[in-house]
Amino acid sequence: MSRVHGYGRVETGRTLTFTFDGRTYTGHPGDTLASALLANGVHLVGSSVKLGRPHGISAAWTEDATALVQIERPFPEPMLQATTVELVDGLVARGLRGQGRLASLADPARYDRQHTHTDTLVIGAGPAGLLAALAAARAGEDVVLVDDRSCAGGALTGTEVVDGRPALEFVADVVEELARLGVRHLQRTTAFGQYDDGFVLALQRRTDHLGAAAPAHRGRQRVHRIRALKVVVATGAQERPIVFADNDRPGIMLAASARDYLHRYGVLAGREVVVFTSDDAAYAAALDLAGAGSEVTLLDVRDAPPREWAARAADAGVAVHASAVVTGTEGEQRVRAVLARTVDGGIRLPADLLLVSGGWNPVVHLFSHARGALAYDPELGSFRPTSSLPGVTAIGAANGTLDLAGVLRDGAGPDAPVAGPEPARTPTGIVWRTEGDPDRQFVDIQRDATVTDIGRAVGAGLRSVEHVKRYTTIGTAHDQGKTSGVLASGITAELLGARIEDLGTTTYRPPYTPVAFAALAGRSRGELFDPVRTTPLHEWHVAAGAVFEDVGQWKRPRYYPRPGEDMDTAVLRECAATRSGVGILDGSTLGKIDVQGPDAGVLLDRLYTNMMSTLKVGRVRYGVLCGNDGMVLDDGTVLRIDEHRYLLTTTTGGAATVLDWMEEWLQTEWPELRVHLTSVTEQWSVFPVVGPRSREVVGEVFADLDVGNDAFPFMAWRDTTLDGVPVRVARISFSGELAYEVNVCSWYAPALWTRLLAAGQRHGITPYGTETMHVLRAEKGYPIIGQDTDGTVSPQDLGMSWVVSKKKDDFVGKRSFSRPENHNPLRKQFVSLLPVDGRTRLPEGSQIVELCDDGLPEPPVPMLGHVTSSYHSAELARPFALALVKNGRARIGELVDVPVDGALVRALIGDTVLVDPEGARRDG
Amino acid sequence: MADTLFRTHPLAHRRAALAELSAAVGGLSVYPEDEVAAVDLRVGPVGPGGDALGRALGTALPAEPNTWTHTADGQLIWLGPDEWLLTSAGGDPAELERELGWVVSAFDGAAVDVSAQRTSLRLRGELARELLSLGCSLDLRPTAFPAGTCAQTHVGQTVVLLLALGADDFRLFVRQSFAGYLADWVLDTAEELRAAPCHPAALANLSEE
Repeated sequence: MSRVHGYGRVETGRTLTFTFDGRTYTGHPGDTLASALLANGVHLVGSSVKLGRPHGISAAWTEDATALVQIERPFPEPMLQATTVELVDGLVARGLRGQGRLASLADPARYDRQHTHTDTLVIGAGPAGLLAALAAARAGEDVVLVDDRSCAGGALTGTEVVDGRPALEFVADVVEELARLGVRHLQRTTAFGQYDDGFVLALQRRTDHLGAAAPAHRGRQRVHRIRALKVVVATGAQERPIVFADNDRPGIMLAASARDYLHRYGVLAGREVVVFTSDDAAYAAALDLAGAGSEVTLLDVRDAPPREWAARAADAGVAVHASAVVTGTEGEQRVRAVLARTVDGGIRLPADLLLVSGGWNPVVHLFSHARGALAYDPELGSFRPTSSLPGVTAIGAANGTLDLAGVLRDGAGPDAPVAGPEPARTPTGIVWRTEGDPDRQFVDIQRDATVTDIGRAVGAGLRSVEHVKRYTTIGTAHDQGKTSGVLASGITAELLGARIEDLGTTTYRPPYTPVAFAALAGRSRGELFDPVRTTPLHEWHVAAGAVFEDVGQWKRPRYYPRPGEDMDTAVLRECAATRSGVGILDGSTLGKIDVQGPDAGVLLDRLYTNMMSTLKVGRVRYGVLCGNDGMVLDDGTVLRIDEHRYLLTTTTGGAATVLDWMEEWLQTEWPELRVHLTSVTEQWSVFPVVGPRSREVVGEVFADLDVGNDAFPFMAWRDTTLDGVPVRVARISFSGELAYEVNVCSWYAPALWTRLLAAGQRHGITPYGTETMHVLRAEKGYPIIGQDTDGTVSPQDLGMSWVVSKKKDDFVGKRSFSRPENHNPLRKQFVSLLPVDGRTRLPEGSQIVELCDDGLPEPPVPMLGHVTSSYHSAELARPFALALVKNGRARIGELVDVPVDGALVRALIGDTVLVDPEGARRDG
Repeated sequence: MADTLFRTHPLAHRRAALAELSAAVGGLSVYPEDEVAAVDLRVGPVGPGGDALGRALGTALPAEPNTWTHTADGQLIWLGPDEWLLTSAGGDPAELERELGWVVSAFDGAAVDVSAQRTSLRLRGELARELLSLGCSLDLRPTAFPAGTCAQTHVGQTVVLLLALGADDFRLFVRQSFAGYLADWVLDTAEELRAAPCHPAALANLSEE
């Protein structure tokens, strides 16, 4: 065991058992999987994706580039970082070579999102962020503070002194005061993207660390969508490695990470330690590890090691070599020795842990996401914010401030707490890589991408770091180049002989750390994936055993099977009952728009292809709307309610499109028209009562209504009342049968429906669904916009030239009708197809080809068109189809072939109206 | 056969589940409200049309965007620069449309009965805002969304007309066809706010009632 007594903040009093790569280990609450593995002496975690090289643990948090694991229990999750997985009892994980596996079961956990508005958002609860949050809260602002680790304190190890007391006591005091001031303080919450105007997304890991005690009804993860007037980026800095040959072996990690393992988890990651640095901070790591019992040798790139640190090192028995660089390592499954060049020549140092520090990269990701400008700082050897961004400030190490006193001042201003004395920082030596074999110098360890790869990119003529990134894949792994990005810029600059200042860095993009799709989906899954729209009769339909069909977001009854019926049988029964007796449909989903004002007729005349202003009050007209391109957009009926008022209907799916379309013309092109549009789709419920017996049913229910042909002709509407409730009845038929569409305020829909059913009982009234509706209309050749059309079909193509006014000066789409292509005789036209065998129902979407007696010719086979609708007809006692066929109307009476399941089905082209072509039935 | 045509509330089938939720979660009360008459009114906000409408309603049209005012038995809600929604607990929808239509038609305006177009869900209690924050992106802090304000926004994936009636008191007008979705969204989302998971058995009992 590598656990050191007297160090760390894990709960050693409780033991957790976990399994890694099939072996059982123990750890403690507060551990990560990585710290627990290290505590058990496990350094080898997985292997690299491309080369299969052994990989270990290279950092202590999200900057880790190597330790990817597959979680198997409690629930399978691929490619998590061992350094960020909090240990729970019963955890089962295994190391990965690159990719993991997704669970084959649905994730049972809940995920959700929350919207939060605040005055100030502070990202990062290190010393700078804590003090910034405190200052804002003391000033009376609403404050949200998020931090990605399990507890506040940031990079503080606990060895520092603030205001004369241990740093973590200071942290606890601030946290307590923040709570008192009502600050919303969220740990385990990673801000992963910053967008315009103070909009920040953060992922909170809410329950994983609770293990089996996690309440199942609480969300496992929550995406916070935070909008803040001011955003303070206090995200700290990540240590930058130095590239050398064989720098990817297990047992090689960032210096500060080893320090973190010691102070946070009480884990000593190695006994025989070599520290390779160009920065002062690694001295603290070297001294702390030495103090905990390790043998430590320190190699400083710089010719002049920091005097004060060097003296402390000498006191602690840490040998310091100046002007020394690591040139390679030995050891397969864990580093065994470090090869270095010192002023005395090459040396070989036995080691079980090699710590690396090349300085610090401010975590500028979130600042950069929002387009904050970055510039190279030669003292840091890295990029930091230069410009100010409205409402966004970067403070502390995220802004390049690396000494604790400075960080405290960044957070709290002149009244900042006082940091205990620490050696003054001396300049970082800027070194991207050492000498050695570039084939074995890994820049992006996760991607197996080497200095050679960058050389190849540069050799291929690439000059931009963006191009080099994409050529080499450096920075594209799970860690998004947290340790490799700046190195890649530096090495590219070196190879190009350019200045890194001029090359810059690649663009930082969200997410900062990986976010599961499940978290982004939140509660919008399963039943709530998309809103379900229902009509007032929904519960009735359910009780009647309806099989539902999705029409847009609507649930519509498709058919009502009786016991033992399949869809075909039920639909044939519903069709027959309607054509021979009476059927009733819930048509409430139809879009309905109230059009009111003195210019209502003018607007409709400009939008519909036919004339609407000549419609008489009390009458109904069918109309077609076209786009600018002259193609059919939607269709429906228009009722003239009075001189200045119309009620128009749209298709179920087209309601919003049509209202938007009309509003767009009205608001942007013809604002002078005195007309108002109001959606009344759900105000009115509509029940077509259809069939030869419909007159009796409607006449019986509405005693005050004269339902006779003379008083109430086809395409007329009448108002009546039932028990004092206004009802509007319209003689509109989408089936060719005598039909009355009954409209009522939706409050009364179930009551009126029940009343109609009761009255229709002795006539055998049959509720029918959308499938029967489709069959009945298809038998009459009525197209369904969106099924028989696809945005490339004109009214003329549909055989509906009669609906296009010749008298009107202009209307939307008119000009396009004169395009030569619209007069091309080879345009696809709407026709019917009757399979000659009288048995085969042609699948919708089937292609139509010329007759071929010897089977299909070699491809390419010219396509004549396709089947748009296809059904069995009870009335015709045979299957039939509607289709779009090139030059179809001129080919009526001709035969074509339709390939179906490898065979050719012969079909006869016909007129679209197959039932009652004389229209004798509509008046009963 | 009933002598009068009965009304059916769009949320009748969710009433019991919402009541169970309200009982289980302290600080949260959710219930479908009784239907009210509602008329969508379109008229120029300034000038004689708006004045005439104000006189007819007995209260000036709220001119401030996203606000509402009380009327004698309902609310007058700003929907757009020339659009308001009038609700009336006691009014007859057809009569309201007729009367107000007569007023605004003189000014090229429009009045449309939309009583059944929407239904409303009431959300009250100290957890009401927390619940809404799980599905509504607006700033609903009392400083930003005080009583008397309203907004047309999304809750979950449906459009609602959201009214602040008090500090912890909201009315959500929702399109009638989306009302079931909204109620289901509330029931699902409020799981978070329960002290303990809702037992499926409890819900099964509810649906049998």
